[in-house]
Amino acid sequence: MQTDLGLWAVPLAMLAGAIRVSTPFIFVSLGECLTERSGRINLGLEGTLVMGAMSAYGVALQTGSPWAGVLVAGLIGLLLGGLHAAICNLPRVNDIATGIALMLAATGLAFFLGKPLVQPKAPNLSAVELGWWSDIPQVRSALQVNWLFVLGIVLAPALWWALRKTRWGLVVRLAGESVDAARAMGVSVAWVRLLATAAGGFLSGIGGAFLSLYYPGSWNEGLSSGQGLMAVALVIFARWNPLRCLWASLLFGAAGAISPALQSVGVTQGYYLFGAAPYVLTLAIMIITCSPERSLRGAPGELGVTR
Amino acid sequence: MIARDVAMAEPEHSPAHAEPAAAAVSIAGPEIVTGAAAGPSIRMAIDDRWRQAAERVAVPLIALAASSVVFGVFLALVAQVDPLEVYGLMYQGAFGSWFSLQNTLVRAAPLILTALCTALPARLGLVVIGNEGALVAGGVAAASAGLLMHGAAPIAVQLVMAVAGMAVGGLWILAAGWLRHSRGVNETIASLLLTYIAIALMNHLVEGPLRDPQSLNKPSTAPIGEANMIGNLPGTDVHWGLALGVIFCIGTYVLMRHTTFGFAADMAGGNVRAARGMGLNVGRLVAVTCLLGGAAAGLAGMIEVAAVHGRANASLVAGYGYAGILVAFLARHHPLAIVPVAVLMGGISASNGLLQRRLDLPDATVLVLQGVIFVMILAGESLYGRIRLFQPRGA
Repeated sequence: MQTDLGLWAVPLAMLAGAIRVSTPFIFVSLGECLTERSGRINLGLEGTLVMGAMSAYGVALQTGSPWAGVLVAGLIGLLLGGLHAAICNLPRVNDIATGIALMLAATGLAFFLGKPLVQPKAPNLSAVELGWWSDIPQVRSALQVNWLFVLGIVLAPALWWALRKTRWGLVVRLAGESVDAARAMGVSVAWVRLLATAAGGFLSGIGGAFLSLYYPGSWNEGLSSGQGLMAVALVIFARWNPLRCLWASLLFGAAGAISPALQSVGVTQGYYLFGAAPYVLTLAIMIITCSPERSLRGAPGELGVTR
Repeated sequence: MIARDVAMAEPEHSPAHAEPAAAAVSIAGPEIVTGAAAGPSIRMAIDDRWRQAAERVAVPLIALAASSVVFGVFLALVAQVDPLEVYGLMYQGAFGSWFSLQNTLVRAAPLILTALCTALPARLGLVVIGNEGALVAGGVAAASAGLLMHGAAPIAVQLVMAVAGMAVGGLWILAAGWLRHSRGVNETIASLLLTYIAIALMNHLVEGPLRDPQSLNKPSTAPIGEANMIGNLPGTDVHWGLALGVIFCIGTYVLMRHTTFGFAADMAGGNVRAARGMGLNVGRLVAVTCLLGGAAAGLAGMIEVAAVHGRANASLVAGYGYAGILVAFLARHHPLAIVPVAVLMGGISASNGLLQRRLDLPDATVLVLQGVIFVMILAGESLYGRIRLFQPRGA
């Protein structure tokens, strides 16, 4: 039963989108935020996202438990993040190029291993009904949220607090601000970055699990088209602050929902053009927030991306 | 601020910067020695040049050998097929017969051109990965231009198509380079975002304004017409795109290695501040290299339309752009090295069909191998300067 909402359906669908589509953005951007705070950039998170989606779907299919899939996706992400960090710790190796290489490698591997997973239907993650108070079915479906979304919302302030207030957070920020200062303090920069990159990979893998196990909730090769990469850009926009990463992710989720939302009210003209909205928005935001004269406020000093 | 300067000077963060410096040394080397006018040391300097050249060939070969071992283990353990059989089939499917060799060369042609899209800006230290987008944008522009010119002499149609494809592809990458230079926007992310935008625009155009009502299953533009298609090299089934790619590479080589412009670009790639201090117009250098790189990828799109598909549609998004990034890195951004590397990568992709038919391997097999090679090549960067055999012995 659908209630006719007229044009109200568009903002409602965008709200629903902000909740649904944003979850992978939240996880990947928080992971990337942590990694970049340690002074390393991981562009390979797009590949980690796709690998996470594939492995989560495969494991959920085999075991019947979607949460086992989420865990395995995280562990695969941990491995990929660790691999990225290990390669970047070699002398003379560029982290941006390595990220591109791992993005292509992980995407290819996911397509290779995921071939038999396109047809079967794996059990999906269950949703929490937050729309019980409303009689309108669209509002109810918009407020169906997933536990991973809740986890993401909790994780953002937790990471913000940890980076700011804990000794562990200080060490990560120190490695990101100045290698020399970290060395003087007796901190192993390579080790800190390895852990931070692996942890970032873990979060991105979970973001991938959300894609294949909740929304859209199936595995195919077109599952992620640049969400992982947009999340990296989003971290710059959020000025390396986990709380702002959360708001930015919600904004991007809403932008990603424009195209399906307009289609739902019958606007089919320019479906692909509106589909490009998140990319245009990312680019516009990067143009507005970046500046050649001064380095970005809040940018980790050792980070290659702002140089 | 001081810490940042130290980090900038540290070569380990930026291999892309390190290479032009090495090239500068190898150019300067013999001149210093002739100045000294000492017989034996000239021989030694020449010897050292050969050692450095040998290192630049040997390190990628070591990385390729390591990749084939890693991929072999993957094939044996994960895909459960005999790796030696796979490699045998790959050779057969890529270079084993005149037919397969021609197939390889047809695939190498767009790779040569898309690789230049990464390799040219890389001389300035920019990492551009929007090759696929420039190819798609160039292909759509070329097809539209071809349709507008309908009825003109084929050579004129082809020429206008090439110019349109190169102009739009060039502008696509120029946008990324210009944003980097004027706004400090990360060019790697920007160029990939532009790729997604280009693909969305193409889908919009071929499903809407430019759609040929005759194309039912796969929305496409109208065909440019049989007469306007680019023909084959005499005596082969390989289209002229291969020759265009090789010519573009040679031209780029001459520009980047034998002109003041190329020298200035290398300087700016080595140290932007020093280049500015010398009064070089870095913005112009960025603009020209990005424009040329994008034009190369746009030309690849035009060739795919005018020599292979005959129209613009989603077939343009075939992964040539992404494989081109790998070719550029494997060739260490050297314009002439791109040609053989592109033939090698074209061969790997040409053998894909045979692997699917004979061993029932998924079509993503090639993507896995490309990914392994890419990772190994970058990890191999750490070998430079490590192998004693290749180190200079000069006084």
